[in-house]
Amino acid sequence: MAALDGMTIIALGLPFIAALVAPALVRRLGHNAAWVLALFPFFVFVRFLEFLPEVSAGSAITGGFQWVPSYNVSFSWFIDGLSLIFALLISGIGTLIVFYTGGYLKGHAQLGRFYSFIFLFMGAMLGLVISDSFLMLFVYWELTSITSFLLIGFDHGREASRRSALQALVVTGLGGLSLMAGLLVVWNITGVTQLSLLVNLGDEVRASPFYLMALILLLGGAFTKSAQFPFHFWLPNAMEAPTPVSAYLHSATMVKAGVYLVMRMNPAFGDTVAWETILPVFGGTTLIVGSLLAIRQTDLKLMLAYTTVSSLGLMVMMTGFGSEHAAAAGVLYLIAHSMFKGAFFMLAGNIDHEAGTRDITKLGGLRKLMPISFLAAMAAAFSMGGLPPFFGFLSKEEIYYGLWHADPWSIFMTVVAIVGNGLMFVVGFAIAIKPFLGREVKTPKHAHEAPLLMWIGPATLATGGLLAAVFSPIFHQYVSSPMVSAVSGEAEEVTISLVPHIGMPLLLSLVTIVFAVLVYLKVDSARSAIAATLTAIGWGPDKGFDQFVSGMVRLSRRVTKIAQPGQLDIYMTVTFAAVAVTLLAPMIIFDELPAMPAWPADAEIHELAVILIAFIGLGAVIAAKDRLTAIVSLGIQGFAVALIFMLFGAPDLSFTQFMVETLSVVILALVMTRLRLTLSDHRPTGQKIGDATVAIACGAGFMLYLLAVTEVPFRSYLSDFFIAYSKVIAHGANVVNVIIVDFRGTDTLGEIAVVMVTGLAILSLIRVRPGWKPGMLAENDPDAPTEEKK
Amino acid sequence: MEALFSVLVGALFAVSIYLFLSKHIIRVLMGVAILGNAVNLLIFTNGRLLREVPPVIAADEYTLQQAAANPLPQALILTAIVISFSFFAFLLVLGYRAFQELETDDTDEMRVAEPADEEAPPLGY
Repeated sequence: MAALDGMTIIALGLPFIAALVAPALVRRLGHNAAWVLALFPFFVFVRFLEFLPEVSAGSAITGGFQWVPSYNVSFSWFIDGLSLIFALLISGIGTLIVFYTGGYLKGHAQLGRFYSFIFLFMGAMLGLVISDSFLMLFVYWELTSITSFLLIGFDHGREASRRSALQALVVTGLGGLSLMAGLLVVWNITGVTQLSLLVNLGDEVRASPFYLMALILLLGGAFTKSAQFPFHFWLPNAMEAPTPVSAYLHSATMVKAGVYLVMRMNPAFGDTVAWETILPVFGGTTLIVGSLLAIRQTDLKLMLAYTTVSSLGLMVMMTGFGSEHAAAAGVLYLIAHSMFKGAFFMLAGNIDHEAGTRDITKLGGLRKLMPISFLAAMAAAFSMGGLPPFFGFLSKEEIYYGLWHADPWSIFMTVVAIVGNGLMFVVGFAIAIKPFLGREVKTPKHAHEAPLLMWIGPATLATGGLLAAVFSPIFHQYVSSPMVSAVSGEAEEVTISLVPHIGMPLLLSLVTIVFAVLVYLKVDSARSAIAATLTAIGWGPDKGFDQFVSGMVRLSRRVTKIAQPGQLDIYMTVTFAAVAVTLLAPMIIFDELPAMPAWPADAEIHELAVILIAFIGLGAVIAAKDRLTAIVSLGIQGFAVALIFMLFGAPDLSFTQFMVETLSVVILALVMTRLRLTLSDHRPTGQKIGDATVAIACGAGFMLYLLAVTEVPFRSYLSDFFIAYSKVIAHGANVVNVIIVDFRGTDTLGEIAVVMVTGLAILSLIRVRPGWKPGMLAENDPDAPTEEKK
Repeated sequence: MEALFSVLVGALFAVSIYLFLSKHIIRVLMGVAILGNAVNLLIFTNGRLLREVPPVIAADEYTLQQAAANPLPQALILTAIVISFSFFAFLLVLGYRAFQELETDDTDEMRVAEPADEEAPPLGY
């Protein structure tokens, strides 16, 4: 365990501190709190920037402390190229998002709460990417799901928001469970609970018979989080969240957690047939499905959301392709995507905010009104389309380097990539061109450039995409190469630059652009064709989710109706049947039934007579047809029991029983004279037999239990204790009384309290009537002062 | 003798549970009264039976000089009798008031907490 590093701990905790102070700051400063709040993620960014030289030199930084040492659970971090670049993206883009939020939600009543959620998420996401221990990774993973739920449901007054939030939580939460199971399997295989140790144990993992099980479970977590087909549906729905959330969580950071996991697992799990089949197939499918669905949309945010789905597919596909350059291509594309997609989402928010609509068919000619947004959008589109001189161009070249080989599988995947990239090119330029160029269209609001807080983010990201490409050697040295090395598990160097190399990749890029331009010219008919196909299919996982949820509600209602029919006698029957089974089953199963007892030879005639009286009383209670008989026979069995106590050495019990029985009969008689309750048993014969069976089974159970207990020798040491000390210590001759008032005095106090509370409850039941108002008690109270009575 | 008591305890339980299973409040209440006796006698018999000699120490002795009844179950039962009596009294009044308010002594028709025509839960979000 490396040394505890206070600054890193502070950096990890800062977002959570920011979450605490944000509401108070917003209350004081309004939307200008953004300038202060942005310092928090900016400090984190700087802190992680300091690690860059060390990490780019090829070393990884570890640190932390023991959390639960007895279970070998630590709070520890592991910062290599992969973690570090993710942490920089999270804190860097986070800073810009904090600015952007200040502008976008200016004047919103819940801005402080929103900031709190965003910072909570930021802390969770940072923790996720630098976690070393499995447990920590899992906890942070789930925390991102929960904060995502809060942010999607931010506008909780609308049903669509609530639905989307719940859907995202259910899908990613299920994935989280899968991830946990996968991590447990990995722990079982390797015996390690730290990612830093796992990456060196690839051979052990791949040789294990549980390899496939662990792989599928882990990918279950990754694919749900990163919205891979068929779990993609929650991501477009998550666009119900305010735009800063879409830009930050659902394009730049959180949805990449799955890609992060896949990249992290690559050294340990990669290089197998399963890995290189499952990832490209799911990734490729997601790429095509996502980009086709993106073409169909007319809402700017939804178009972007679906291209995010397809981009995530592309990243997964490249990570799993396994050839030289493929992992590097995935990494480059991830970086490029974080920048251009983050920018795009914020720009879509700007257009929505300033022009009043996000429908691309209702926008046009904003170029002169929103020049900065237009420039940023063009830069983002160039990067998204893979055109020089932007970073997207580099990643696209690298993708084709990685894919293009002379075998059918590679050629097929290349075609998939060309189609996907081409369609994303179309969407990117549609968003950058349609709203800005052309004739000015009358928009719901009179558009003008967004305020500084809102364009600083997209402008920075768009410029970043340009600078990273222009200064690619430096960028690769510090950013791309360390990250690629971490993903592939061995030192690798990224060399791709803006200088075009005449070769297959460049040619493939040209093919992509030609294909894209052709689709762009026909985009309207493509849109309606896809829409018609989807209508023809008619069912999708999104609809399936609704069916699943309503099915669950109906099922639980049905179960509740069976389990809780609201009839007391059914509850009673079930309860006592369970009692009977509990008593009888163990005795029968383990063959511990008591022996048939002999007739008690010492039984005297008056004792037998009293027991017989008790039986007669019981029979009469059952058979009673009128009130008087019932009361009298109830009394008979009660007094018989009192007599039994008398005959068997318990005079105290006997006296109490006589008194209580008398009182019970009197009260019962009083209540019954007031009530016109019928006493005859209305049960149909069938039910009588059923009830009698349950009752007799219970009775037999208690009888057999008592017989079995009295069969074994009696151990009297507790009683002996009381007998020995009752006079010596407590100075009382009557042992029973001494136990009650002395040895168990507190118990008796509790008993008195129970009797008192019962008395009060009875009093209130009798006194308090419907329509009772305060003061009415006093009217009935004979002790109340007379002037209050009217 | 314990065997005979066991049969009586079994009969007390059977009768009280049979009354419990009725739909009529008043019969359920009578079941409650009998259940108290059943449980008390169960505890009593568990502590074994010894005739006629109460566990009282003679004035000039420090401990019991002859075999006497087991004092511990008696102490337990003494508490139990009082508690079960107050419980019975409370249930009686509760049943009486329920009858006044709901105008029925049939537990099937007492559906205030779990109405028979309860609405289905909403299917939305």
